[in-house]
Amino acid sequence: MKPTDIKNPEYFHKVVDCQYACPAHTPVPEYIRLIAAERYTDAYMVNWHSNVFPGILGRTCDRPCEPACRRVRVEEDPVAICRLKRVAADNKQTIADRLPKIPEQKNGKRIALIGAGPASLTVARDLAPLGYIIDIYDNQFAGGGMMRSQIPAFRLPIEVLDEEVNYILDMGVNATFDVEVDSLRSVLDKNYDAVFVGTGAPRGKGLNLPGLEDAREHVYLGIDWLASVAFEHTGSIGKRVLVLGGGNTAMDCCRTSRRLGGEDVRVVVRSPFEDMKASPWEKEDAMHEGIPIYNNHVPKEFVVEEGELKGMLFEKVEARYDEDGNRSLVPTGEDLVFMEADDVLMAIGQENAFPWIERDLGIEFDKWDMPVVDTVTYQSTNEKVFFGGDAAFGPENIITAVAHGHQAAISIDLLCSGRDVTDRPPPQVTLASQKMGVHEWSYDNAVAPDHRYVVPLAPLEEALANRKLEVELGFDPGTGYKEAERCLNCDVQTIFEEVRCIECDACVDICPTDCITFTGNGEEEELRTRLSAPAHDTTQDLYVSADLPTTRVMVKDENVCLHCGLCAERCPTSAWDMQKFLYNVTKAGQDIPPAGEKEAAA
Amino acid sequence: MSYQVPKFRHPELPVNDLGYTKADYEGSISTLCAGCGHDSISGAIVMACHELSIEPHKIAKLSGIGCSSKTPTYFLGKSHGFNSVHGRMPSVVTGAAMANRDLLYLGVSGDGDTASIGMGQFAHVARRNLNMVYIVMNNGCYGLTKGQDSATADEGSVSKKGDPNVYSGIDLCGTAMQMGATFVARSFSGDKGQLVPLIKAAITHRGFALIDVISPCVTFNNNPQSTKSYEFVREHAEATGTVDFIPMRKEITTDYDPGFSHEVTLHDGSSIHLYKMDETHDPFDRRSAINTLEDHRSKHSILTGLIYMDKDSRELHEVLETSQRPLNQLEEGDLCPGNKMLENINASLR
Ligand SMILES: Cc1cc2nc3c(=O)[nH]c(=O)nc-3n(C[C@H](O)[C@H](O)[C@H](O)COP(=O)(O)OP(=O)(O)OC[C@H]3O[C@@H](n4cnc5c(N)ncnc54)[C@H](O)[C@@H]3O)c2cc1C
Ligand SMILES: Cc1ncc(C[n+]2csc(CCOP(=O)(O)OP(=O)(O)O)c2C)c(N)n1
Ligand code: SF4
Ligand code: SF4
Ligand code: SF4
Ligand SMILES: [Mg+2]
Repeated sequence: MKPTDIKNPEYFHKVVDCQYACPAHTPVPEYIRLIAAERYTDAYMVNWHSNVFPGILGRTCDRPCEPACRRVRVEEDPVAICRLKRVAADNKQTIADRLPKIPEQKNGKRIALIGAGPASLTVARDLAPLGYIIDIYDNQFAGGGMMRSQIPAFRLPIEVLDEEVNYILDMGVNATFDVEVDSLRSVLDKNYDAVFVGTGAPRGKGLNLPGLEDAREHVYLGIDWLASVAFEHTGSIGKRVLVLGGGNTAMDCCRTSRRLGGEDVRVVVRSPFEDMKASPWEKEDAMHEGIPIYNNHVPKEFVVEEGELKGMLFEKVEARYDEDGNRSLVPTGEDLVFMEADDVLMAIGQENAFPWIERDLGIEFDKWDMPVVDTVTYQSTNEKVFFGGDAAFGPENIITAVAHGHQAAISIDLLCSGRDVTDRPPPQVTLASQKMGVHEWSYDNAVAPDHRYVVPLAPLEEALANRKLEVELGFDPGTGYKEAERCLNCDVQTIFEEVRCIECDACVDICPTDCITFTGNGEEEELRTRLSAPAHDTTQDLYVSADLPTTRVMVKDENVCLHCGLCAERCPTSAWDMQKFLYNVTKAGQDIPPAGEKEAAA
Repeated sequence: MSYQVPKFRHPELPVNDLGYTKADYEGSISTLCAGCGHDSISGAIVMACHELSIEPHKIAKLSGIGCSSKTPTYFLGKSHGFNSVHGRMPSVVTGAAMANRDLLYLGVSGDGDTASIGMGQFAHVARRNLNMVYIVMNNGCYGLTKGQDSATADEGSVSKKGDPNVYSGIDLCGTAMQMGATFVARSFSGDKGQLVPLIKAAITHRGFALIDVISPCVTFNNNPQSTKSYEFVREHAEATGTVDFIPMRKEITTDYDPGFSHEVTLHDGSSIHLYKMDETHDPFDRRSAINTLEDHRSKHSILTGLIYMDKDSRELHEVLETSQRPLNQLEEGDLCPGNKMLENINASLR
């Protein structure tokens, strides 16, 4: 293998598993260390710069970082990355003085943002400080998009949502609420320099089953129903509720039903329990609230007697998998199962809808009637029109919408300053030794053996009695500290300098997880078979040095390195050093490191 | 400074026949200087004992005084241990081994501990062919007392202090052979590929097995003019051949060229394969071994690998025809066989 090019920022970026997995690439270990140091405001700002909604995401994020966390490769559970973010948000001081200054003198460029969900708000957050004139249009009464209309208040209190949405709306942006944009042409006609479409995936899918016509009054589309609860148009539901679907929307529907009078609330899903789309924790939360999940039940018809909905019939199936792992649901042949219901909520998915975009504006639509959008620049085939969030490639989640927003803002800034939108700015990276003295590190290198701490919950009865009572209480600072200490500091990198190495094997001997081998070089596949410990996981890189005096090379399997620093402590010549690798995705108009980073380093 | 090794280990660590991973053979975190050769030898001992599937409670590790003699704390944390006085490890092992022949005795010593204050004890334990493994972590100096030249320092070798050594160095392998040792090998802390099979073979050998392991002292004796530095040893080491230890019941998978290859079956059915580099050296012949050692000494090259082995070794218990059972398992009836037996003995002496 060729010696590893550690100057390529992507090499170490990949080693920071959580940050790499995060769509917005939030510097996770950096903020976790700040939490452990009780520097909550600094920790919050590291997040705010990267993911814009730390308090919201600390409660609701889909957390793609957690399954990626290195910790799951050496023990059972990942660091509670998401809930630590909430610790920073809950314990921070005011951040008013840390927010970017908005120039009085604008740069003359006018940008329209359609929809006020997290994607559009991120674009606004990045462009307003650069002097852009921002006009936002949204058909709801306030900003936040689905974070307001869909995510129930018992998961996300309104105050938390308002606070973080308002940091952006207060940046001098012109927001027009309660306005439906029904023609993109009319927006373009206002001569904006760029238009960003962040209208989400607002259309719920339904099931057209026999009996629906007669049952219609008691059958709702999940996302419409959740919105009407959030906007207080709906305040109650029948005692017996069937929720169809196995995603997170179904989980929010059933839990909300329990709070609005539903006593016998059931989730009924076609697929096996393990294949359900909902996150494991969402399913756990629903079951904890006394909601059974019936899996392998395919809805067949609405049973209506004398004009009144009685319930539904389901066919029992079992999942079979062919050699390629493709699943088919095969009826078991048993009798149809009848379940009583007063109301039925259909939560089987949502999709995009762009009836308001004229098809002669130079915006190409594909065969699924989705706009053709570039996955790097978020530009459509009309150079002035950009898409992001759920509107770009279908329903995802908040953090993805934020990531899109940042990139679209860069594109808009490039376009408006006459530069090439494909000329993307490189990430901002620093690499700094953590050595404080002989065998002393400026990070806490000891590895805590603690198991993941559990977030305490409000008493069940109280929670079910009040739709707005937040269920999770969050970690107290003490538990937050202990959980933060579980982080392995994967951003503190092991840097190897071959000219210093005397091949004494000290690092090989001390490494608790057998990461290091000195051996003859070879092709990767073959080399992997000769390492100190099994190294099958090819998604994790090998760090290979140049030739050493004995003609061998140092090979380090990054897979289960604990970043404990022992290799560097045991190295007599400091051929190993522990260096903090800080990686920040560059935001629109940023030539200098963002404020949070300077604060964190101070 | 870290005072603990993290608890986590590689999730796919191989387990041995007892179901243990290498981690079960580790000790506390080392307090030796970073880069000390002794730590690598500790690592090799861990690997050898793990791979041989020895039950940790069946091992006793004993040592004298010195950085080298501290190392038993850093390996085999679940085994018995005795850190004795300077140079006196051999007599403590002798006592222990005589009392309980069921344990594996692993003596760890330094060149100071062995070749200076402990020279007499070393000579006699070798001569008696006590069933033990005797590892010398040989750095040519007294590391623990800040690097004075030891009796194994080569003439002309210069330590960090800066003065060339005026005395000739004691060759512990030669001495051991002269004294009657039945397994003699030399190795280098920086070459686990050679050291681990040698330790395994030494453990399986019945009788006194010496491994003289050159083990650089990074702090006091690793400068370029020292003959015990990493660099010098790497440049001047010459192996007798490669040694492969094949445990009992394991299939031999490597193809050995019969011309240069020797297979030695050990008493428990395992075997050592020796693939020789040097045709003239016969490791099963003491005279040939001594000659080879002398040849290399005159060439200023460091002979490593298996140097001598007596295939017909009879260890001390066999020679003395001692009790087959450890003394602590003997009952009153065994020790006081009664009047009848006493009368028989007396009668036989009349
Ligand atoms: C029930 C439910 C629960 C969810 N829970 C989570 C969760 O816990 N965590 C998570 O990360 N994600 C969750 N999501 C997904 C998340 O809400 C979305 O992925 C995210 O909000 C998408 O952001 P966006 O900016 O693309 O669009 P949206 O948030 O959908 O915002 C679009 C906005 O545009 C408005 N709009 C649409 N069309 C027009 C128009 N023509 N004119 C004017 N305004 C218009 C909409 O009303 C809306 O206000 C959930 C989704 C649902 C349905
Ligand atoms: C009876 C006695 N004499 C002298 C000493 C001082 N002393 C401690 S260690 C040592 C030499 C150790 O050298 P070596 O055995 O080579 O061990 P190393 O530290 O080099 O591994 C000496 C002389 C002592 N501890 N006890
Ligand atoms: S241990 Fe910490 S830095 Fe490493 S992946 Fe997990 S949260 Fe991220
Ligand atoms: S930091 Fe060094 S010693 Fe620790 S696990 Fe990683 S490679 Fe091994
Ligand atoms: S002084 Fe020398 S022998 Fe002792 S621990 Fe340090 S390097 Fe090893
Ligand atoms: Mg010594």
